[in-house]
Amino acid sequence: MSVYFPQKKLPYLLVLPQLIITAIFFLWPAGQAFKQAFYREDAFGLSQTFIGFGNFIDLFQDPLYYKSMGVTMVFSFSVAFFGIAIALWLAVMADRVIRGKMVYQTLLVWPYAVAPALAGVLWWILFDPNIGPIALFLDRIGIHWNHFLNGDQAMILVVIAATWKQISYNFLFFLAGLQAIPRSLIEAAAIDGASPFKRFWDIVFPLLSPTTFFLLVVNLVYAFFDTFGVIDTTTQGGPDGSTNTLVYKVFKDGFIGLDSGGSAAQSIVLMAIVGLMTVVQFRFIERKVQY
Amino acid sequence: MIENRPWLKLFSHFILIAGVLIVALPVWVALVGSTQSASSFADSVPLWFGDQGVQNWSHVLFHAAGSTLQIPVWHLLLNSMIMALGITFGKIAISMISAYAIVFFRFPFRSLIFWVIFITLMLPVEVRIVPTYQVIANLNMLNSYSGLILPMIASATATFLFRQCFMSMPGELVEAARIDGAGPIRFFFDILLPMSRTNIAAMFVIMFIYGWNQYLWPLIITTDDTYYTLVMSIKNMLSVPDGDIEWNNVMVTTLLAMIPPVAVVVGMQKLFVKGLVDAEK
Repeated sequence: MSVYFPQKKLPYLLVLPQLIITAIFFLWPAGQAFKQAFYREDAFGLSQTFIGFGNFIDLFQDPLYYKSMGVTMVFSFSVAFFGIAIALWLAVMADRVIRGKMVYQTLLVWPYAVAPALAGVLWWILFDPNIGPIALFLDRIGIHWNHFLNGDQAMILVVIAATWKQISYNFLFFLAGLQAIPRSLIEAAAIDGASPFKRFWDIVFPLLSPTTFFLLVVNLVYAFFDTFGVIDTTTQGGPDGSTNTLVYKVFKDGFIGLDSGGSAAQSIVLMAIVGLMTVVQFRFIERKVQY
Repeated sequence: MIENRPWLKLFSHFILIAGVLIVALPVWVALVGSTQSASSFADSVPLWFGDQGVQNWSHVLFHAAGSTLQIPVWHLLLNSMIMALGITFGKIAISMISAYAIVFFRFPFRSLIFWVIFITLMLPVEVRIVPTYQVIANLNMLNSYSGLILPMIASATATFLFRQCFMSMPGELVEAARIDGAGPIRFFFDILLPMSRTNIAAMFVIMFIYGWNQYLWPLIITTDDTYYTLVMSIKNMLSVPDGDIEWNNVMVTTLLAMIPPVAVVVGMQKLFVKGLVDAEK
């Protein structure tokens, strides 16, 4: 673009609504978070004392915070790994199919539209320790299932619910990635006698690596921030903090624990993490453009 | 096909069908459960249809959602619709005009403004939930549609998409418009808007799903059930004091909360895929 409209005031008018919304609902609260992170509020919310980095020091000396970090890591990487692996498998299968590809796509993408909170409810029903069909089946084969008491099982449940929702997204991107691979490459390998299995690992998978890496980042961001609903409707961070992810902890400490300083300090740390992930994402996209 | 391997083909179909069935399993259970009486859940979740379907659905839709939630679901559906459409149109409107300003005009602080908008992309509301809540409380916007909608339309994804889309348009368009004496407003409505129809539609699909599925935000800023949205109300139905959840009603409500966004994705699949791919570029 090299031709512009000459008006001087109009552009400001045009960006104004977006800027006002950003200022009121983003910059102001972010500023508040910064301020609160350096204060300690008494139990009744009546007075605030400036304590410098006190909240951050408390945070990084709190074993519960490290536990929550560990939980977040396990949760996010499990969701990303299973989401990517299952979606890739289904996409490779769908790419082989000539007839019915669109039907399979339709039948696999709809969970994207389901709210995370509802995904949690749907899987809770299946795994309910007293009446859930899967839980009852597991009981029968000797695995006692109760995600309200068993921390590992609680984690498995939220991973399943969160992964279920994300498969659709990964599937679409893998299918697009597979369709972009030149047929001639596959044909050449087939003529050389490479089996479908070998062709996948030696040609298709490496060629998909940009897509896979991109999806890894997106899935981690999803698992970090968009799975609040899954956890809130099923385990609420429990039992004993075993599904208390960093994002859930911000909410819990702020609204239920009423520790505004500690919660704000956690918000700041999370903002830094999001910033870092965004930078990684954009660095990667820049690189992809150069390919 | 490179070579004909009927067994592999069969295997592919088998895996895909298995995938489809597993993905659909929870919805199947919810669907059949929604047709059962409350007492059918005493021992285990039923896996086939009951005879209470019409009764349950009409009760939940027109009478009361059940448990502690004594408000009919059509009202919650309406609230969700208002919130989702408000967020969608709000986002599209404000980001289109700001992208328009950024691409088609040159003015001081242009890139600063762009970066300020960009920062909002980084921070999901979950991360800054407590201070945002306090701001809304200060503005007296708790329990209101504006409180549900306005904070959610501050996001940069749509601005990016429209910026990208506008930048790909040929500069001669502006030149031609100027020679013909069309001002920027006329250009926007008569040329730019019709040309970005597909992008707007794709954005609409993505943003509608985003808006409809909001959970945490409505959960904390609404205490008056006339402003409850459908997705968040599920929490009320699950947190019953004595743990006696009315599963049949929960399932009806869950399905009702899923239907609109799922219908949008399935019905506008092409636009949905386009929106998804564009938004992540």
